[in-house]
Amino acid sequence: MSALAHVPTSSGQPAAPPGARRGRSRLLPYLLLLPGAAWLLVFFVLPLLQLAAASLYDPSGSISTGYAMTWAFGNYPDALQQYWPQLARSFGYSAIALVLALLMGYPLAYGIAQKAGRWKNLLLVAVVAPMFTSFLVRTLAWKTILSDNGWVVGLLRDVHLLGADGRLLATPFAVVLGLTYNFLPFLVLPLYASLERLDPRLLEAASDLYASPLRAFQKVTLPLSMPGVIAGTLLFFIPATGDYINAELLGTPNEYMIGNVIDSAFLVRLDYPQGAALSFLLMAAILAIVFVYLRKAGTEEVL
Amino acid sequence: MGHETPAGDLRLANLTKRFGVFTAVDDLSLTIPQGSFFALLGASGCGKTTTLRMIAGLEEPTSGQVLLGDRDIAGLRPYKRPVNTVFQSYALFPHLDIHENVAFGLRRRGIRKVTDQVERMLSLVQLEGYGRRKPAQLSGGQQQRVALARALINHPQVLLLDEPLGALDLKLRRQMQIELKRIQTEVGITFVHVTHDQEEAMTMADTVAVMNAGRIEQLGAPADLYEYPATAFVANFLGQSNLLAGEAAGHSGDDVLVTAHGARFSVPAGRARADHGSVFLGVRPEKLHLVAGPDQVPAGHQHLGGVVSDASYVGVSTQYLVRTPWGSELSAFAANSGVGGRLPVGTPVTAHWDPRHAFLLPRAAGEDDQTSPLLDEPPVGALS
Repeated sequence: MSALAHVPTSSGQPAAPPGARRGRSRLLPYLLLLPGAAWLLVFFVLPLLQLAAASLYDPSGSISTGYAMTWAFGNYPDALQQYWPQLARSFGYSAIALVLALLMGYPLAYGIAQKAGRWKNLLLVAVVAPMFTSFLVRTLAWKTILSDNGWVVGLLRDVHLLGADGRLLATPFAVVLGLTYNFLPFLVLPLYASLERLDPRLLEAASDLYASPLRAFQKVTLPLSMPGVIAGTLLFFIPATGDYINAELLGTPNEYMIGNVIDSAFLVRLDYPQGAALSFLLMAAILAIVFVYLRKAGTEEVL
Repeated sequence: MGHETPAGDLRLANLTKRFGVFTAVDDLSLTIPQGSFFALLGASGCGKTTTLRMIAGLEEPTSGQVLLGDRDIAGLRPYKRPVNTVFQSYALFPHLDIHENVAFGLRRRGIRKVTDQVERMLSLVQLEGYGRRKPAQLSGGQQQRVALARALINHPQVLLLDEPLGALDLKLRRQMQIELKRIQTEVGITFVHVTHDQEEAMTMADTVAVMNAGRIEQLGAPADLYEYPATAFVANFLGQSNLLAGEAAGHSGDDVLVTAHGARFSVPAGRARADHGSVFLGVRPEKLHLVAGPDQVPAGHQHLGGVVSDASYVGVSTQYLVRTPWGSELSAFAANSGVGGRLPVGTPVTAHWDPRHAFLLPRAAGEDDQTSPLLDEPPVGALS
């Protein structure tokens, strides 16, 4: 392309090494890939195939009697018909949580990246610090905070934001709150990384060119932070959708998400074909959403 | 209305900027006439960029006024000022193509049809057909021209240029200097150009203000500044000077008499910034001529003796250092015009000058001779 003719290029590579060394250097990238590829093959691809096979087993089998491979594609519509509310709820809850997390996380990441000065590192540690304790313990702590006898509920009842017997725990609110809280750092960190790279001189230039602070944000800051927004959104949304701990600890069966159903299919009801089929349905739905999202958002930086 | 200043003059009145205890700009007052090419020249840290940023609105003055015509714009937010800037780093928007970069200012002011104006502006800076490229696909010189187009398209009353050529290599810089001057003449907008490169300031600007430590040392046409500097700082910053420490001994007719290192000299009164007390007697190196002995000094010239201590051949000229009996090294440039031979190191010489080319500057008592050590300045700008 003629475009390339004008691009300043760094001085050319030194002449290619002679044949023998060239052969080895061509192999080198594959050798470097080998350990990771082997890991993925053993711990990701093979289990995935096994899971795919399990999703097509005869549903009338059981662990004690054994399963027969009958290519039972009917497992999929059956599972969907039975559990579509939980699947829909998963996406609904994590979508709401995502919006909340973006509303909180963007200003937070922006503040840390552009305005925090010497507090930057401390604040970053504060964002990551909760991860030093277990996910489970933190969610249990929320259970205490939101409990009916806790001060939060007491206060809300006193100011009549909650009715006399109103509660927070075991409501959709608690589950969404738990999801928002638990996955917020996954959103904030990539956002921070992209906002930290933002050159403040670009905002000066925008301001010099008649952009009000709001316009400058909309036309410069936001577009330049889109790779961070997209990466953060994916890192938040994918695990949040598959999560079952928050619904389990902070909700009731009425708030159960698809993760809870898969959990019980494998560990309680021991219905392997159904658990596997639901897992694949969830995976397919997430992949479809991510694909559409990336096509719409259209960034080369993430993929 | 009814004031003396024309509508478009830019005036800075008692402008001061302090950062904590550091005074970056110190009670600066100056008037920049509408349509002129004005250069603020100074070393880094002298306050020139801070001054520029206060005009742009990117820095708030501690005190003082920025007036455009009769209007004080010092309190206006940058996006409300009829002023645009070409930034040192260009600050092009990396996510927008060249067309949208140039159209940015127009769009923010709500102008819908921008294509024609953008095309015209791109052709003014000789970048037709580059509209769909991203800034990263252009060379430094091309990016610089996009930055210029992006600012000029808004027809600002004043265009501010913050070391715009600093990142370019020498040859490109020369080329852009000529181009900038051409564009300024073409559009007739007031240009305020900040630079630390004296040659750049002198080639382009109608008026140069030399800044030092937050103040203006001298302001004037480039030739006036060079031929008759007001302070030792200007004499050394703008080109090179031989400054001999001496004592002025009053007038004699139209001349001021000076004693320096035991010899008596004189300077026309019109070229003396001081006529008593401690002074510097200044002569530019190219105005200092070397001959074999006092008998060859032309009538009316003044002279002193020395020994050639260094000779550097630089093509157009040979640059000599002459060691005086009291140990100072004067520099003298001799044009390689084919007249006269080269003087080897160690030759005793007589350096002479026309007193009408010398100048007298005030000197703080105790300051010794100031002579430029050697040769051309290193190419500036490469590091900025």
